[in-house]
Amino acid sequence: MTDTTLRNRVAIVGVGESEIGKVPHMTGLGLNAQAAKRALDETGLKPSDIDGLLTAYSMTEPYFMLGSVMCEYLGLKPTFNASMVVGGASPAVMLKHAAEAIVSGQAEVILCCAGENRATGQTRDQAVAALAAVGHPYYEQPYGASIPSFYAMITRRHMHEYGTTREQLAQMAVTTRDHAVRHPNAHMTKPITVEEVINSKPIAEPLNILDCCLISDAGGAYIVTTAERAKDLKSDPVYLHGIGEYHTHEHLMCADSLTEFGALETGRRAYTMAGLGPEDMDFAELYDCFSVVPMIEMEELGLCERGGAGAMVEAGDTRIDGRLPVNTHGGMLSHAHAGAAGGLFGIIEAVRQLRGQEGERQVANHDVALVHNEGGILSSHCTMILGREER
Amino acid sequence: MTGQRPEPFVNADSEVYWAATKESRLVLQECADCGHVDLMPRHVCPKCWSANRTWTDAVGTGTVHSFSIVHRAPLPAFREDCPYVVALIDLAEGPRIMTNIVGDGALEVVIGDRVEVCFEDRGEAKVPQFRLARAGGGS
Repeated sequence: MTDTTLRNRVAIVGVGESEIGKVPHMTGLGLNAQAAKRALDETGLKPSDIDGLLTAYSMTEPYFMLGSVMCEYLGLKPTFNASMVVGGASPAVMLKHAAEAIVSGQAEVILCCAGENRATGQTRDQAVAALAAVGHPYYEQPYGASIPSFYAMITRRHMHEYGTTREQLAQMAVTTRDHAVRHPNAHMTKPITVEEVINSKPIAEPLNILDCCLISDAGGAYIVTTAERAKDLKSDPVYLHGIGEYHTHEHLMCADSLTEFGALETGRRAYTMAGLGPEDMDFAELYDCFSVVPMIEMEELGLCERGGAGAMVEAGDTRIDGRLPVNTHGGMLSHAHAGAAGGLFGIIEAVRQLRGQEGERQVANHDVALVHNEGGILSSHCTMILGREER
Repeated sequence: MTGQRPEPFVNADSEVYWAATKESRLVLQECADCGHVDLMPRHVCPKCWSANRTWTDAVGTGTVHSFSIVHRAPLPAFREDCPYVVALIDLAEGPRIMTNIVGDGALEVVIGDRVEVCFEDRGEAKVPQFRLARAGGGS
């Protein structure tokens, strides 16, 4: 079945990110509000034009009904409101739900936002303990299994099956950092080398601290409306061509495989809806909570062969001037990671790149972009294909 | 082996599982209708949704599917154990279990190593753990 229901029906018309890094003078809700205001300001719309809101969840400000709390904080009274709780996949899944709501007439202008003050709103030990709760409470947590240890087991299996090297993993982090260096709002902007990554503090072998995403204070937002209304706004619209989600497990012990995940299916669905293939993608913004993750996603999404991501990264193909630029903003490894907002910055970056706004970070070809978010331990996936022209 | 480490949480799904580990037995749940064998106890079979659940003793051997050596513990109770091994084991019966590799040579573990179950006291209860079976001369 070819599902084209959502192809070119909606557009992202505004994007915004908050101050990023250590932002102790702002709350998590405040970071969301700042990002939302910046996104709205791009469009020329007023707050009262927003009739839908989608958000995710917060660990530092764990309100029971976060969506309603966000509406209240922002003074919104929407006809459509929900909170996504699919981990890092949430920001991409928000776009799918927003598109479905808009196409079915439930709302016309939807604000999607996420973020929290993960860096300063909790102690480092609280952060690590809260994240430990991602492991199964009865069958994984009793073994002192951390999130990095889950991804480390996936990394080791990738190395075992495909010969991916420690140097190739490090190069992923280095290339990503090189991109963040050119981003005015990135959390980490000091260049790093492969040697520095390999010699950085071990967290869960084979992963070192420079293979792991940041813990930031950050909020991100984007605004979605109909393709028709998008044409009347002051910002350049970016159209949704295709999108797909797939959920295969939550806990790693229940995953069918440590090398094959749900991105294969979400990619197939997104490409089918868009009527495009991997060869049509000009650049990609991939979820990168750990260095191996964007490499697995490149393989699953057909951007290279299975087991071929290491060589592709090593060859420089994923650099901004490479064959397929990846994580041009610096990803979660170097730009920002704050709870559910991590993958949202990839969406923001894709929109800005497609509009051609990125200056020294601008990719040469910017007609069509792929964005992938994943949540849990490669458990929940969502792939979207965005473009600057209706096609 | 500190007493602060998490103790098994017994609920209606896992009562039989944890009662067995207390007797140093590892048990698996089997579907009486489709025969699917699984580790994580639950009310229905995840393959066919049959609620006809039975329990079977695992032989207690398996191979290392993957592992990590943890240097930063997620909870204070594990801090003094660093570095320690977290692993996923493919049990002889098929299901995958998460565990620590404990005992002699644990930090030298490699993918494919054969392992055997042992049990670690946690308060009044026990959790399954695995140790390398290299010395056993298994095939």
